[in-house]
Formats: sequence, structure tokens, C-alpha cells
Amino acid sequence: MRSKFSYFCTTLTEKKRDMKILVCVSAVPDTTTKITFTENNTKFNSSGVQFIINPYDELALTRALELTEQQGGEVHIITVGDASVEPIMRKALAIGAASAIRVDAQANDGMEVAMEIAAYAGDKGYDLIMAGRESIDFNGGQVGPILSELLGYALVNIATKVDIENGRVLATRDIDGGREKVSCTMPCVVTAQKDLCEPRIPNMRGIMQARTKPLQVIPATVSSGSTAYASFELPEAKGAVKLIDAAEAGKLIDLLREEKKLI
Amino acid sequence: MVLVFAEREGNSFKKSAYEAVSYGRDLAESLGTTCVAAVIGRVENAGQLGRYGAHAVVEHTGAGTDVFEPAVYTAALDEIAKSQNCDVVVLSGSYTGKILAPKLAARNKAALVTGVVELPDMSSGFTVRKSCYSNKAFTTVQLNAPNKVLSIIPNSYSIKEFPGEATLTQLSTDLSGSSMTQSLEIDKQAGKVPLTEAEVVVSGGRGLKGPENWGMIEEMAELLGAATACSKPVSDMEWRPHSEHVGQTGITIKPNLYIAIGISGAIQHLAGVGGSKVICVINTDPEAPFFKAADYGIVGDAFDVVPKLINRLKEINA
Repeated sequence: MRSKFSYFCTTLTEKKRDMKILVCVSAVPDTTTKITFTENNTKFNSSGVQFIINPYDELALTRALELTEQQGGEVHIITVGDASVEPIMRKALAIGAASAIRVDAQANDGMEVAMEIAAYAGDKGYDLIMAGRESIDFNGGQVGPILSELLGYALVNIATKVDIENGRVLATRDIDGGREKVSCTMPCVVTAQKDLCEPRIPNMRGIMQARTKPLQVIPATVSSGSTAYASFELPEAKGAVKLIDAAEAGKLIDLLREEKKLI
Repeated sequence: MVLVFAEREGNSFKKSAYEAVSYGRDLAESLGTTCVAAVIGRVENAGQLGRYGAHAVVEHTGAGTDVFEPAVYTAALDEIAKSQNCDVVVLSGSYTGKILAPKLAARNKAALVTGVVELPDMSSGFTVRKSCYSNKAFTTVQLNAPNKVLSIIPNSYSIKEFPGEATLTQLSTDLSGSSMTQSLEIDKQAGKVPLTEAEVVVSGGRGLKGPENWGMIEEMAELLGAATACSKPVSDMEWRPHSEHVGQTGITIKPNLYIAIGISGAIQHLAGVGGSKVICVINTDPEAPFFKAADYGIVGDAFDVVPKLINRLKEINA
């Protein structure tokens, strides 16, 4: 009986093992930024713009930290960019990541970013690689799915819930018109959607510690991407709004029928 | 050749599949080639895709293709693309397309553009316009690799009709061994128009004061055949499900008509709905920023205005 009981205890403890999680973060203009372009509409005008951690990446980071707090383990962050992204990396360290890696490259597209991250992460034995569902600047939604393909890992894309149970990933993801519950083994790539968790505000202790946490810079390995942003443009300005008196609100329906042929 | 992924839902095709096929046909014509539609899993009458522009259809019904699984579907789509020598692949940017487009591009070192809003321009190389900065801008992207993958935003291309049926080829390789994730449960409201596919969307904000007041929003939506949506505060307060939240951190939609009721129009909300063709705003505050982005506006109380709209719609329907 005793041996059976101790066997039962070991399997229980074995199921809880330290996790190694890599979170991909990118720097994006703050969500309230008024977007403008320079150099004949070929470059984003970054003057006076506040850069933040991409909000979806921040959710991925927070959930990664929660998972390592439950399961044990460590969260590392990786970003692809020049030295100007280091302030947001320090912020990620202040939120709780243990160390940071910056691939020193100006990537052209999501494919290039993902290839750089895959080249770094391939032999590091991460259980989970997490990222935001998309960046709020280029809205590509490419890095997570490409990483899963390049590394041959399972993928849970646009996840609103992620848990680890008995060494497996249990997650919920958005699908058209609903949600799907899925389960998969690790290693796995998970991309974060709103609802995954509440973002964390770094505390003073975290901010102090972040200054001395390791931030490693590694050289780029990918030559160049296969796409290039040729030009940018702002949407055409809308004409003046046509106001309808609230007392005759029903007229709106007639205007939509007659002027726009919509109803 | 141009390959288009035609997504199905159960036994039939999604509206976004027809849209993608029509886009693929027009693209194939401008490239002087043919348009092949790829169907994964069994569907009633796959040949009907000819009516939306496909010259040929390849249906992959190998083991494992019944239910969507990222690795299996990527393998199936890749097998179809290679069997037809396709160098350009078009997908709709549905939740499925958001997984398959990058994975397929990664397999083939293809140039990938997601969020595409119109047909490519071939006047100097191969360029295509996509939405960026969360709908606040557009960018023209140059694709510099022989293989190309394009994912188009749902509702950005009109469905076209063509005469005739397409020829049908079957593939049936067993792909069940590629599966990496297991689907446990699908939670979907049956019979509801999915937000991203809806042509008309009626959306409510904090101005509606509480979840108990959504009856009139739903009634109006039903009369218009519309989907319902909401602003971020409304979903944060759990007045409405998260799946209805449109905006920068929610769902991005591009309906023909967006009716915003009691929503002030913060820049983050506009980021998710700014692509709508016609926008109507109903708000008590004449200074609400949403009026600047609107085509039609009513300054007034939702509880007074919406019943009047419903009455007029009923008169018309009668």
C-alpha cells in the first residue's frame, strides 16, 4: 500500500515541472497616436510619438508570468529591433520577465521577425512561445503562426484562455462567431487575445530590479525579408456628416434606402 | 496559377469563400492564368464554386480533414497548391485564414501580405494595398518572392457571378498523423450572422445605460438582418459578450452599414469600424468625436430615437 501511495505522490509532483516560456514583444506607437507619414509618405512619422509594448504582447507576457508563478519556471522576452526599443524591453523586465534578448535588426516584415526568433529559440527548449495576436501597427498577425510552422510546434492562435494541466496546454481560442476549446502538448505557440488576463502595472521593486536584469543583444541571422512597404496613405477624409433632427429620426431609414440603397 | 482557399462551415461554404474565389478569379485574369479553388473536408457540391469564378476545384477529403486543425489544414492546402503548381495563394482573413496564410507562407518561403483590401497592381512588380495602424492608414506593399500568399479582409471584395460549374478533382491522402491539437468543444451561437461577415451591424455603447436595454438594439438588428456589436466599455462591464466587442483591441469589421448607438467614437473604437462604408451615429452629445467620422448623425437620446427607427422599419416591411 505504502509504495502505491508514494508512487501516486511522485506522479502528482512530476506533473508540475518548471516551465520555460519565451514571449515575443514589439514596440508600437501608443494607441492614441495620430498617425502621420514623412519622406513623401514612405515612412511613419515617429517624432513626438510615445512607443509602448504592443498591448497584445503585454497580455501574452502577463499570462506567461502567471503560468510560471503557478507551475514554476521563468519567462524570457525577445524582440527584433534596433537599440531604440530597449525602453519597452526594460518595461517588460519590470513587469516580471527574468531576462531579455534583442536581435539587432531592422526587420522588413513579420516573416523576417519570426525567422530571427525561430533561429534563436530553436535549440533553447522552450515549453511555450507566446506573442500577441497581432501588432497594432502593421496588424499582420504573422509571427505566432509562422513560428509554429518553422519550429514544428502546435499552435493556439488568438487565445482568450490558456492553462497548463497535467503537462498539457488547455486553451480557448476565438473562431468566427464563437470560441473553441482545444488541448495540445508542449512545446506550443500561443498568441494572446483580449480577455487572456488583466495587464500588470510594474511596481517600484520591479522597476529597480529591471535595471540589473540581463539584456542580451545578438546579431541578425536573416538576410532580408520578401516584402517591402513602398508607401503609406491616410484614408480619405469623410465629407460633412448629414444631421437628421431627432424628432424625425425615421427619416434616417428613408435616406439609407434612397441615397445609399442599403436597406 | 492562382489558388483560393474556399472555407466551409459544415457542409456548405462560408460567404467569405465566395468573396475570396471572386477575388482569385479577377487576380488570375489579370495574371493571364486560371483560378483553382481548394476545399478541405467534404462539402455538398463543391463544383458550385465555378459560379463565383473558380475554373477548377480540388477537394481534399483525406483522413483528418473533417475538423479544422492548424497543422493538418496547412498540409492539405500545401498539397493542393503543389499538385496544381500554384504560385499565388489567396485566403480570406477569417480566424481560419489567419492561421493558414502565415503557416503556408512559412513553408514555401513565400512573400506574405495579410489585411489586403483590394486587387494587386502589376504595373511595377507585384504590389498590393493593405490596411495598417489598426485601420488608421493603408500601405502599399511590394511582394518580392516567386511564391505569394495574400489574405484579404472579409467584406472588402464583392462577390461576382460567372456562368458554369468548375471541374472537380479529389485528393485523399491520410493527414491524421499531422494533427497536433485536439478540439474539445465548440461554442457558437447557431443562426446568428457572424460579425465579420455581416453587411449591416447595429452597435451599442455605454449610452444605453445597462444590459437590460439591449432589447431594442436586437429588435432593430433583426429588422435589418444585421449583426449586433458593442463598444469596449460595454464588453468590459460584461453587459455584452466579448465576442461582440468591435474596436482596436476587439474585432475589426467592414460592413456596408454601421449604426453606432450611444458610442462616443474614441480613436480606438474608430480603429475597428472606420472601414465601414456608411456610418450612422446616434448620440446625445453633439460634440461626440464619432460625428466627425459619420455619414449620417442624429443628436438625440437612444431611448427616443431607436423606437422611431424601429417603427419606420416596421412600416416599410409591412
